[in-house]
Amino acid sequence: MITTEVVDLSRLQFAVTAMYHFLFVPLTLGLSFILAIMESIYVMTGRQIYKDMTRFWGKLFGINFAMGVTTGLTMEFQFGTNWSYYSHYVGDIFGVPLAIEGMMAFFLESTFVGLFFFGWDRMSKLQHLSTTWLLALGTSLSALWILIANAWMQNPVGAAFNYDTMRMELTSLSDIFFNPVAQVKFVHTVAAGYVTGSMFVLGISALYLLKHRDVAFARRSFRIASGFGLAAVLSVIVLGDESGYTVGEVQRAKLATIEAEWETEEAPASFTLIGFPNEATRTTDYAIKVPYLLGLIATRSIDEKVDGLDVIRARKRHRIENGMIAYENLQILRGDKTNEIAKAIFEQHKVDLGHGLLLKKYTENVVDATPAQIELAIKDSVPKVAPMFWSFRGMVFCGVLMLFIFAASFYFNMKRDAHNQRWLLKLAFWSIPLPWIASELGWVVAEYGRQPWTIANILPTHLSTSSLSSGQLYSSIAGFVVMYTALLVIELFLMVKYIRLGPSSLHTGKYYFEKQGVDHV
Amino acid sequence: MFDYEVLRIIWWGLLVFLVCGFAVMDGFDLGIGMLLPFLGKTDDERRVIINTIGPTWEGNQTWLVTLGGITFGAWSIVYAVLFSGVYAGLLLLLFALFLRPVGFDYRSKVESPKWRSFWDWGLFVGGTVPAVVLSLAVGNLIVGLPFELDADLRSTYTGGLFDLFQLFPLLCVLVGVSLFLMHGAVYLHWKTESFIAERAQQVIRVSSILFVLLFLLAGVWVAFGIDGYRVTSAIDTSITANPLHKTVEKGAGLWLANYGTYPWLLLAPIITVIAALSAPFFTAKQHSATAFMLSSLAMMGAIVTAGGSMFPFMLPSSLSAVSSLTIWDASASHYTMKMLLAATIVFMPIVIAYTSWVYRIMRGKVTVEQIQENPHTLY
Repeated sequence: MITTEVVDLSRLQFAVTAMYHFLFVPLTLGLSFILAIMESIYVMTGRQIYKDMTRFWGKLFGINFAMGVTTGLTMEFQFGTNWSYYSHYVGDIFGVPLAIEGMMAFFLESTFVGLFFFGWDRMSKLQHLSTTWLLALGTSLSALWILIANAWMQNPVGAAFNYDTMRMELTSLSDIFFNPVAQVKFVHTVAAGYVTGSMFVLGISALYLLKHRDVAFARRSFRIASGFGLAAVLSVIVLGDESGYTVGEVQRAKLATIEAEWETEEAPASFTLIGFPNEATRTTDYAIKVPYLLGLIATRSIDEKVDGLDVIRARKRHRIENGMIAYENLQILRGDKTNEIAKAIFEQHKVDLGHGLLLKKYTENVVDATPAQIELAIKDSVPKVAPMFWSFRGMVFCGVLMLFIFAASFYFNMKRDAHNQRWLLKLAFWSIPLPWIASELGWVVAEYGRQPWTIANILPTHLSTSSLSSGQLYSSIAGFVVMYTALLVIELFLMVKYIRLGPSSLHTGKYYFEKQGVDHV
Repeated sequence: MFDYEVLRIIWWGLLVFLVCGFAVMDGFDLGIGMLLPFLGKTDDERRVIINTIGPTWEGNQTWLVTLGGITFGAWSIVYAVLFSGVYAGLLLLLFALFLRPVGFDYRSKVESPKWRSFWDWGLFVGGTVPAVVLSLAVGNLIVGLPFELDADLRSTYTGGLFDLFQLFPLLCVLVGVSLFLMHGAVYLHWKTESFIAERAQQVIRVSSILFVLLFLLAGVWVAFGIDGYRVTSAIDTSITANPLHKTVEKGAGLWLANYGTYPWLLLAPIITVIAALSAPFFTAKQHSATAFMLSSLAMMGAIVTAGGSMFPFMLPSSLSAVSSLTIWDASASHYTMKMLLAATIVFMPIVIAYTSWVYRIMRGKVTVEQIQENPHTLY
């Protein structure tokens, strides 16, 4: 029997490793495109400074990319090591995008990344430019497939349960590819990566401008980052994936918890700007509300209702009861495959099998659940409100602040006056952490918000883990934390070293420290 | 066109192909990692060694990542049972592999000899531990892993990290490590000149003989020393099946049964031995490309020998023979296998094409002079 402790530790390990990994992924996504843009300008204009820019930001890209690869390896294997029942139960579907990702995207980015660094003198300009674009394409394609896989966890389409093999099986690849949740997720996440890359370049260029170092280099970098960043941050906000939150029940539960909508409101629902959600009384204290806004954002209409937690929980009761019937008949079928009556009843109720499995947390046999246990399952069937409410608001706050920074930078750039706006340069520099905070909070909203499921309405989290002991998990978590933290410290040390050096680290003889006659390398 | 039975055989073949792809492509990176601190006497020499694989090792490692993804998709339950079972071993593999991306990229970014020596040993660990763990895994697959499936097909595994270190798997470690060393040295010999190439040649000579002797010893051991497995119930190879719906027996010498049924399978070990023995002669005559082909052939031959002996088993269970996973009951659904095959047919040739192009661009030897002329652009 798998204990709650094992489940909690497995979740903790996944959260730690995924959030570490996600410190590096957004920057890889964004910076690779910025490199491709810089190099395109170099190839089109033939001006050396753009090549220097590509190479300097490329150095920082490389330092970050190495950590992305390191922490990414874990993600490919962790489903098997720590979520083995999950891997068996849905591998037939979930494994497909992962396998395609490997063949279509990982190979592309990791084969061309070496050529990007070492191929400058071995290829024509155009060949090298193609290399850089293929690298950028590879990173975004890999995000595409991983988000298709992730979206399937949130809104599982194109699959059916097979009682012979006791698992879910794929019925339509195009359904999982064109999953509406996947599309909004892809746009939102990739654009967030582009914002991260832009904020990084913008903030560091701002630092050089503040210090009056390598001004020509920094102004050009600043300009590219502000343009690309403004376009990206607008995409993130306008095409924010909240629009995907009306598809599927788990997505609707996320929306209700984000908004702390305890009870369904008349359409169009109001948006709670801020307040203090109170799980015990099921109310939000000191709430400040904006009328109509939520309805407009979530449903893109004025007459559609946004489901509140009351409605969502009420539906759960019905589904859990159906799930008990499905589970009961599945047990009969497993003993006797020819039992046509059991088969018919099972077929009728199998969409709710997952809800039956929710009860496994409280009683092994499911069918003998007491009314009190069913109540408990209903209560636990949606995530807690406060973490969702605050993570979401934190993310949006960061996003709006970045929108302001990019818009201001873009505006002063148009006036050719950005380098004189010291307040803006300072703000841009100190805002470098914002996209990372927003991305991590966004991850919490998307993945904590999926609880209590690993696969929405199909497989509960507490059934998904491997049969490991707490001891094994304590040691592996300790191992990951120690390794990752040590490597992160080293990475930051190198980042800071090269950011301080700036383009002088290229040893072209043209930049600040080299003109000072100081060799800092 | 592709019925379920055929697809399962194709996918078993593709799995073997991916393992071979990983072993051939990343195998020399691992071998070179193991040799790095010993064959490079000075900082410049070590940088030469690192730069022979610096631009391409990342693409090579992707074979392992893709292997993980493909196993997840096409053989989900194998992925689930194996990785959760050998938990500690797999984490050891991961932690060692962590040192490679950062080792390559960070080592020469700081001048300090201590820093550089630290990463050299990091790359050594990043080469040695994976070579050991992966060979150990092959050995344990052959003797069977102590796992059991319950009626829900949830796997429980009894045994810890140290149970993996039995005699036969340890022999497999020696076989594997000597082969990775030879393969790495052959590639290094191809990409370098003078001192480093000469030192590599010595490694090739010793490791080739060592590998062949150990490989033959392992063969004898399989015949007489350990139990093989055999399915004893009739299996319908064309339906979706549950692993628990069959019976399996264990017995001495059963792993050699396939050589009786398919005598041509004997070609695999024969080619392995001949290829491994002849590689040193070609490096001695500076026919490096031919030597690399032979060394790769030995690598593939050894993998096909192991896989072919076990066929149709993928994951035999030493604890509950009936829980053993075979290609007939551990596969993905018919539809998933078809879709994945289509994706593989489209993408793998493209991958191989651009990988070849990248190797062509980066062709030629790495020399100490190149390092001294480009101290800031090379690794």
